[in-house]
Amino acid sequence: MQAQIIGRLDPATAPAVYYEAWVPAGFPSPAGDYQEQCLSLDDLVGLRAPHTYLVRVRGDSMIEAGIHDGDILVVDRSLEPRPGCIVIAHVHGELTVKTLRRDAAGGLWLVPANPDYAPLAVEPDSLEVWGVVTCNLHFHARP
Amino acid sequence: MSYALIDCNAFYCSCERVYRPWLKDVPVVVLSNNDGCVIARTREAKRLGIPMGAPYFQWRQRLRQWGVAVFSSNYELYGEMSARVMATLEGLFPKVEVYSIDEAFADLAGLPGDLEALGQRARERVWRWTGLPVGVGIGPTKTLAKLANWAAKTWGKCGGVVDLRDPLRRERLLRIAEVGEVWGVGRRLSARLAPLGIRSAWDLAHFEPATLRRHFSVVLEKTARELRGIPCLELEEAAPRQTICTSRMFGRRLHELAPIREALASYASTAAEKLRRQGSLAGALQVAIRTGMHAPGEPRYCGVMPCPLPYPTDDTRVLVDAALRGLEAIYRPGFAYSKAEVLLLDLRRRGEFTGDLFAPRPRPGADRLMATIDRINARQGRGSIRLGRVPAEPAWAMRRELMSQRYTTCWDELLQVS
Repeated sequence: MQAQIIGRLDPATAPAVYYEAWVPAGFPSPAGDYQEQCLSLDDLVGLRAPHTYLVRVRGDSMIEAGIHDGDILVVDRSLEPRPGCIVIAHVHGELTVKTLRRDAAGGLWLVPANPDYAPLAVEPDSLEVWGVVTCNLHFHARP
Repeated sequence: MSYALIDCNAFYCSCERVYRPWLKDVPVVVLSNNDGCVIARTREAKRLGIPMGAPYFQWRQRLRQWGVAVFSSNYELYGEMSARVMATLEGLFPKVEVYSIDEAFADLAGLPGDLEALGQRARERVWRWTGLPVGVGIGPTKTLAKLANWAAKTWGKCGGVVDLRDPLRRERLLRIAEVGEVWGVGRRLSARLAPLGIRSAWDLAHFEPATLRRHFSVVLEKTARELRGIPCLELEEAAPRQTICTSRMFGRRLHELAPIREALASYASTAAEKLRRQGSLAGALQVAIRTGMHAPGEPRYCGVMPCPLPYPTDDTRVLVDAALRGLEAIYRPGFAYSKAEVLLLDLRRRGEFTGDLFAPRPRPGADRLMATIDRINARQGRGSIRLGRVPAEPAWAMRRELMSQRYTTCWDELLQVS
């Protein structure tokens, strides 16, 4: 077994960042100029915005839209709910996730993505949309 | 000059309704720490005649009969929802003063366009982004903005926004508003004002200023001037707090020193976190413990102790140590203690104090250690790293039996949708 000393850990800088970059002799690493940048899933999904909320999915009514039991949805309350959006809506004392659709006659529907569930017609006046789903977090393995 | 006061209606109850939209027209109340008494009521609950401070054990039966939705206070949720409201307002107004958990002043000076329409926009945006209803009061002074907000809340037909910049409208409202509704006056002061013939806000506004100052205070004189539309108070933006207090009721009465010691160590740790979050150092610390004050026949005791700090600090270890030494001095056996408090005083910005040549030196590396602990706790959840004296699941913790989920701060308690 070999041990390689990367360098002394400077106690003044708290998170030790290890850049794994091969440096061929004589050429400076082209990555060196970009070290400041950092990817943030928070920024990607707008998690820090005051209108962004996270909710947990229970059940399989949206399984064919790739939304599984236990998934975490990112919900934006600032977006206008339009037909075609996946929305969180309040129906009969329950919060439900469905696709909002408009039929040819102008009627509004909350449509599941699972043949075992029936679409639900909603009156435009009584439709209470809690937020619009912008992203689904589905784990394939736990990190 | 003009100001707006934006205030959430029945804030704690409204937060509960955001995550339970079916409670829209249902009366909702929220209970104080330990589920003691009612501290927040919706309009529907007020109409049922449930008073502020109603003891829960006396009202439980009736609340159930009337179908009132009852919640323990969920400060994790309320604090987070408050931050969302304030962030939303900061996106609409260039200068915002967060006045309390559910109220903010905004400086409207120089903003173009119709201010009343802007107030409506603020209402709509906060409603849409957070699901919380707010009222907006607008006036040429902060005191008038606050009174306008009271009017917006009291008369539903105003549409949630009242603008008092027009002198005629102002006069009409000042004449019908009792003086007790004025910001900073309250019940006790209005009883002292009544003998002088000051009953309405209008009476106070036009009372002789010199007399107000002589018999009461400069503050009341300023209030009167503000009511006349002369600005005396400015917006105080993000002023760091001057004191930090962590005080809580225990879940049950404590008799022994050991669990009280744990509780105080935990409160002092929380206070130290708040201190570091606002970037201040504490110059002094005070601890207090007390028994219940209402139980008949039970001996009462209240002990308060200022605890010297070796130097201004935000080091959890130093603060906890001082608090525990104070506790040793005030603890008396034989009492049933119900509450403890840690108060941090004489707060100052880092670097604002001159070091005392003869004082002990701060422990080396303390700043880095505290920063690291805060960072780990921010990532792994509160209390992941804590002093050994603070237990993970304390037996003395508050009773919150009717608490809703911590929807916004806890992965296991997210809102569920089907």
